[in-house]
Amino acid sequence: MPLSTQPITINVGPQHPSTHGVFRMRVTFDGEQIVDVEPIFGYLHRGSEKLAESRTYTQVVTLTDRMDYVASMTNNQSYILSVEKLAGIEPAERGVWLRMIAAELQRIASHLVATGFFLQDLGALGTPLIYMMREREQILELFERLCGARITNSYMRPGGVFMDAPDDFWPALDRFMAEMPHRIDEYEDLISGNEIVAARCDGVAVVDSQTLIDASVTGPMLRASGVDWDLRHRQPYEYYDRVTFNRPLATASDNYARYIVRIHEMRESLGIIKQCLEQIEPGPVRPEEVPALIRPPVGDSYVGTECPKGELGFYLVSDGGVAPYRCKVRAPSLINLTLLREMLIGDKMADLFVTFGSIDINMGEVDR
Amino acid sequence: MPDPFDSILYKYIYCTLSSTGDAECVGTGLFGGGLLPASLDWLAFVLTAVIIVAAVVNGVLGGVLMMIWGERRLLGRFQGRTGPNRWGPFGLLTPVADAVKTMFKEDVVPTVSDRMVFTVAPILMLFPALLIYAVLPFGSGTWLADINVALLFIIAIGGGNVLAIVAAAWGSGNRYAMFSAMRAVAMLISYEIPLVISLIGVLMLSGSLSLVAIVNAQTIPFFIVQPLGFFVFLVASMAELNRTPFDVAEAESEIVAGYMTDYSSMKFGLFFLSEFAATIATSGVITAVFLGGWHGFDPIPSQLWFVGKMVIVLSVIVWVRASWPRMRIDQIMSFAWKALFELTLINLVVSGLLVLAWPSLSTTELWYMAGINWVVFLASIYIFGKVLGPKHDPRRAGNIQDATLSRSDAPAIPAGGAD
Repeated sequence: MPLSTQPITINVGPQHPSTHGVFRMRVTFDGEQIVDVEPIFGYLHRGSEKLAESRTYTQVVTLTDRMDYVASMTNNQSYILSVEKLAGIEPAERGVWLRMIAAELQRIASHLVATGFFLQDLGALGTPLIYMMREREQILELFERLCGARITNSYMRPGGVFMDAPDDFWPALDRFMAEMPHRIDEYEDLISGNEIVAARCDGVAVVDSQTLIDASVTGPMLRASGVDWDLRHRQPYEYYDRVTFNRPLATASDNYARYIVRIHEMRESLGIIKQCLEQIEPGPVRPEEVPALIRPPVGDSYVGTECPKGELGFYLVSDGGVAPYRCKVRAPSLINLTLLREMLIGDKMADLFVTFGSIDINMGEVDR
Repeated sequence: MPDPFDSILYKYIYCTLSSTGDAECVGTGLFGGGLLPASLDWLAFVLTAVIIVAAVVNGVLGGVLMMIWGERRLLGRFQGRTGPNRWGPFGLLTPVADAVKTMFKEDVVPTVSDRMVFTVAPILMLFPALLIYAVLPFGSGTWLADINVALLFIIAIGGGNVLAIVAAAWGSGNRYAMFSAMRAVAMLISYEIPLVISLIGVLMLSGSLSLVAIVNAQTIPFFIVQPLGFFVFLVASMAELNRTPFDVAEAESEIVAGYMTDYSSMKFGLFFLSEFAATIATSGVITAVFLGGWHGFDPIPSQLWFVGKMVIVLSVIVWVRASWPRMRIDQIMSFAWKALFELTLINLVVSGLLVLAWPSLSTTELWYMAGINWVVFLASIYIFGKVLGPKHDPRRAGNIQDATLSRSDAPAIPAGGAD
């Protein structure tokens, strides 16, 4: 007589060690096999878009910090670019270079967090995570010198940044730039060649590039499938057309590809910072004529920027007042997450969180 | 049947209490011996047993506390941080503080649980871990019982924790726990087989199942003579212990804490305790069977040699835990059946032929065997790695290619195209 079996449904999250915040999945398993996944989110909804409508354009910067809280600088940058386009503000040159340096440092920090937690989900007991947090700590200290804050920076303002970097920032940045390439080599020695990592990640959660494009997935997840799509290159904003950089592409589109693309992108970010340091010149960090209370003309604007997680854009509508009439955020975390179900069905339970970690989402940004 | 008076512990305590004038007791025992009258000789037996058990159980608990501290300190070093160092010298009292905290936690019993099974499971888990210590020889003459089937005893007892895991999972009525139990049963039963077969090579060399006899037979430590057996035994015991990379049964990032998810307070404490006690016991078995037990050179007492070797084994286990991610359950199963099982069979056949060729097992002959066994070990590991390992260089798996385009390249979509 055959054993009668039945699928088992588990509520994974919102309180679970590896949901990277408060994410909930209602997963149906057939033994270890995943049969169905129903993502449920909204547990961290704070109404950021609505709050933005009752704040001045400068005050909204603090709200963007709290969306993707491991990549505040790039959030600031994306929002500021949209405001500048809306109000027609010409940013100061030094301010733009500082924004680029801060954004690329933030990209490294965010990829460190993504890779560290990805390996934590793989079951590596803290070691890679703590190594990566060690380097992220250095970046946060650089931010502290730059603007006094570590996580919620609010460093950027329409027209540039709110203050110039202090003198002790530059030698600290040089020290970091000298050390970081060796650290990345260390990660590669520890992780990239590891047989267990390869066995766990190779060929797991493969999505073809057309599905990714159809779901409008962006960022390292798209580049891991071989699509050369990087907004810094495709639609250069700031001064990204004045620097040279490679866009690492992987073809496998599995969990390993998503990991290795991030490792290589960290190297490229270091190269971009180096070129910024060569081209930055003394001067004002913010034009004098930008008013404290910005009243953009009636209209709308959208600027897509390449954030660590994908394309982040703020769609701002102005009715001529001091606060945006509408602020809509195109959050890469939310859109990249939409493919989760397709990626997971048929995989094992152990791959659930590895795949989830490889997408690199941030619940603060998903729920806003 | 081995003589209980071979054990110094037994002899010393018994002779202190008994006054029947055994020949072995002449000149031993505190206070001249004979604290109890001759008519109460049975009480001397009982008291001896009670004292020894109390000493060993407390010694194990102390060892567990030391290991918790040592593991956390060592992990800290591996991870580039200090580890616990606040409470006591070098943080030595941290596990004591942990234990006190655990005891004062609220003991939550889920309403859906099977209360009886839920309560019994942690105790069931602790028994096998403690019982192994009964046959471990901690030094020359320092053992509790030198039974002639010690290895069989260890294998039989060591399998008992599967029952406790299933009981805990069933009792707590938690689905994560059920997942954990299913994984644990599948994994532990599979790894039991290579574990047992890898010991047969040692048995052929020692000719006895008694741990004392095995230690005495090791003129050369058996990990030199039996590298393949040592390797398989080490890996399989790490799987039996649920240690990384085989910790699927309590995979924190997947199934929260596995079968321990719903446990709190001292029930959780017992699980934690038995896990560490089992780890220490297993390192003791590895030391006795493969690392030459208490043998060493003279000024250092044999007990210290034994403990020192155990610490080395434990450090290796912690080292693995610090550096490797976890394997998936299907990969773990195929590793057991496709690699470890075959490796033990190779070891069994080769060792059998070698013992047939050199039946007198003198030290010189053991060295010959060691040479041949190492060749077999390296060759089979290489072949199995080629056949079962990753088919390509993992670094190339992602097939990284750099789209090298400079600022002179025209972007495919004009700037601001999204507007």
